[in-house]
Amino acid sequence: MKNQYIDTLEMRGIYKEFPGVVANNYIDLQIKKGEIVSLLGENGAGKTTLMNILYGLYRMDKGEIYINNEKVNIRSPRDAINKGIGMVHQHFMLIDNHSVLENISLYLKETPILFPEKKVEEKLLDFFEKYGFYVNHKAKIYELSLGEQQRVEIIKILLGGASLIILDEPTSVLTPKEVEDLFNLLRNLVKEGKSVIFITHKLKEVFEISTRVVVLRQGKKVFEDDIKNTNENELARHMVEREIKASIQKKEIKNGEIILSVKDLFVKNDKGRTVVKGVNFEVKEYEIFGIAGVSGNGQKELIEALTGLRKWEKGEVQFFGKKYDRFNSKLFRKLNISHIPEERTKFGVVANLPIYDNSVLRTYDNCNFCRGLILRYNNIKDFSKKIIKEYNVMAPSINTRIKFLSGGNIQKFILGREISTKKDFIIAAHPTYGLDISATRDIRDLLIKMRDEGSGILLVSEDLDEILEISDRFAIMYDGEFIEITRPGELSIEEIGLMLGGLKSKNREERLS
Amino acid sequence: MIVIEKRKKYNTKQNLIIIIISIFLSLFISSLIFSLRGINPFFALYKIIFSSFGSLYGIKETITKAIPLMLCGIGLSIAFKGKFWNIGAEGQLLIGAVLATWVGLFIGKNLPSIILIPLMFLAGFVGGGLVALIPALLKVRFNTNEVISTLMLNYIIEQYVQYLVYGPWKGKTQYGFPYTDNLPPNALLPIIKGSRIHYPTLIIAIILSILIFFLLFRTKLGYEIRVIGENPLSAKYAGIDYVKVILIMMFLSGGIAALAGVGEIAGIHKHLTYPSQISSGYGFTAIIVAWLAQLNPLLVIVTSLFFGGILVGGDVIQTSFGFPFATINIFNGLMLVFISIGYFLIEYKVSFKGAEK
Repeated sequence: MKNQYIDTLEMRGIYKEFPGVVANNYIDLQIKKGEIVSLLGENGAGKTTLMNILYGLYRMDKGEIYINNEKVNIRSPRDAINKGIGMVHQHFMLIDNHSVLENISLYLKETPILFPEKKVEEKLLDFFEKYGFYVNHKAKIYELSLGEQQRVEIIKILLGGASLIILDEPTSVLTPKEVEDLFNLLRNLVKEGKSVIFITHKLKEVFEISTRVVVLRQGKKVFEDDIKNTNENELARHMVEREIKASIQKKEIKNGEIILSVKDLFVKNDKGRTVVKGVNFEVKEYEIFGIAGVSGNGQKELIEALTGLRKWEKGEVQFFGKKYDRFNSKLFRKLNISHIPEERTKFGVVANLPIYDNSVLRTYDNCNFCRGLILRYNNIKDFSKKIIKEYNVMAPSINTRIKFLSGGNIQKFILGREISTKKDFIIAAHPTYGLDISATRDIRDLLIKMRDEGSGILLVSEDLDEILEISDRFAIMYDGEFIEITRPGELSIEEIGLMLGGLKSKNREERLS
Repeated sequence: MIVIEKRKKYNTKQNLIIIIISIFLSLFISSLIFSLRGINPFFALYKIIFSSFGSLYGIKETITKAIPLMLCGIGLSIAFKGKFWNIGAEGQLLIGAVLATWVGLFIGKNLPSIILIPLMFLAGFVGGGLVALIPALLKVRFNTNEVISTLMLNYIIEQYVQYLVYGPWKGKTQYGFPYTDNLPPNALLPIIKGSRIHYPTLIIAIILSILIFFLLFRTKLGYEIRVIGENPLSAKYAGIDYVKVILIMMFLSGGIAALAGVGEIAGIHKHLTYPSQISSGYGFTAIIVAWLAQLNPLLVIVTSLFFGGILVGGDVIQTSFGFPFATINIFNGLMLVFISIGYFLIEYKVSFKGAEK
């Protein structure tokens, strides 16, 4: 069966709800051949969900999809592929130990059962010739860089006959040269009558590559226009627009001592790419310092470096005036610093152990909790009772295994555990991610209370509201750098939007110079 | 459609019922094997249980066989708590046997019992611990799969024991049999009269089960082992030294399993001989012993007695029905399968629902 050729595709009234959150709130989207449509939005705006529905990975709750004006039902990725839709995910779906050729053969329907590589190789060489887009097809996947792996994904879906190509944040793993190659390929493809949906948060790329742009915000489509009719400032505003809530009444900033000072720090990610590129900042007592930014711009690696979970390449870190050249989590534990980790159930607690065991995860060798080699469980149990009571953790008893608590209660527990023993400095990564309103409120209030009492706080959050609401100063991180360090209220929301998308507003640059 | 979901709550009663059903089902399936041979399965089961628990002689034999199971089971519980799949207790036991022989027969044969016997246990413990460090080092250094490395090490050690008893250590007084010479009397363990129970080893096993229980649930090291086992990422977050903990843990695990080998040599066989003579698969059966005890060293005392009885029963069905001894391995295997299913059912709820639209 030959794949369907997509002249027009239309998604109508797509609605998808996950427990507690509407990810897609009646979204319409059209695309016709020859178009490159950028799907722009912050984290959690619903871009990837919408595309996963189109690709058959999620089922929509309501809505209809039409291809060439005919209603279709996409139940699985296989359906989507047969209908001419191909998707390159942010995380690649390749088999590491197999060669490029084998991976591509696996994907194609017409691959013969015997000696599959032979036929596929011919097709592949034709493709290279035609598009000038190469990859070493004999290499094993794990030998390739992320950029090359992405090429394999793209070649795979094109050979599979896709006429609509969905790319989810494709440039986040690419070098500038690779981005250029990718864009050239995309331009060639649309000239041939294919179409592309391009998920991104980078404003510059929207203008470089797309013909039309759709902006999503909190699950809704808030803006759509041809690229030539719009400009960066307009898009930035739509992307982040919100009513800025009056900042919570906080006590005035007292001037405190510097607790953390970071100079020119460089950190690599797991794949060996430098993702933190020379950041500089200080955090003082009586201060909440926020780091805003779309996730994946180096925040995770920065925090991991500061908490001893990851080595840094270059730069200087001082905690409490002491300079560290090397750092590990054991050294970090000895410092009087709380750490509320990203992905609380993955790192922050041991799901299968009871609450009381979890209450001393980072303090079990404090003299209060152990004498020599022996743990003092009476003290540990008293301590966990205290956490539960003081921080309103809803739990049947301290013997309950922690996995039976709700996300909000686990987070309150972690926060309580951390700040009741280590209060000089608090590193909190996405502390309210995925929590309901009341738990979010509790946690923000607690952070502010700690600040008023003299703690320094480093807060990383994708939630711009959170940053604007509780931080005293904040940085905007993009592509491993701090684009700006500012105070809430100093920048307009449009300027912040531009920076989240990697651009500096022109006015501001002029104002500064 | 079958829906599998994590249980929201556990209760002890339900756990107990699931475990009992698992045991019952494995008995039921094993009885099918007897039926196929034309033997009334109830009679066969009765025979097994009666022969191991129904007479004084049976009980004595059951305890004798429970001793090595207990020690290996305790050792394995430590490693399994840290999710380190030590399948090497059999080899660790044999190393204990080798070192006990070495110390008893060659090094300290003129020492008085009161010094020699503790020395044999100490040597066995250290030897078993060092051997268990090999897969542990491979794991922390190269991330080698420990199931394979511990399992394969068993065979290497078995061959090494064969080599010793056929080669350099072959006894001059054994009429050409592949045995070492017998240990001198001062290297032998006292036994309870009229039985083969070498009670010093039994006492060591019981004391260790209490100590290791305490270690796992009341000490820093035990805490670190449990955190690593349950969630290595939070162990990293907590600043726990993964390498150090894994190495200490495996040293203890292998060392305790090796004590079983010392006991078998100094209490039962009196000389080193074929590996299959020294241990009838205690190191493997102990895997089930540890799991059935839910990795609780105190419960290992109970489950090792249970499996000791099964082994004795295995001898009996061999002699009275002419079944191969391997029948009992089938039974053990079934037991492990059903217990694993049982634990799965404790963690997860399985329900059947109509297809969802």
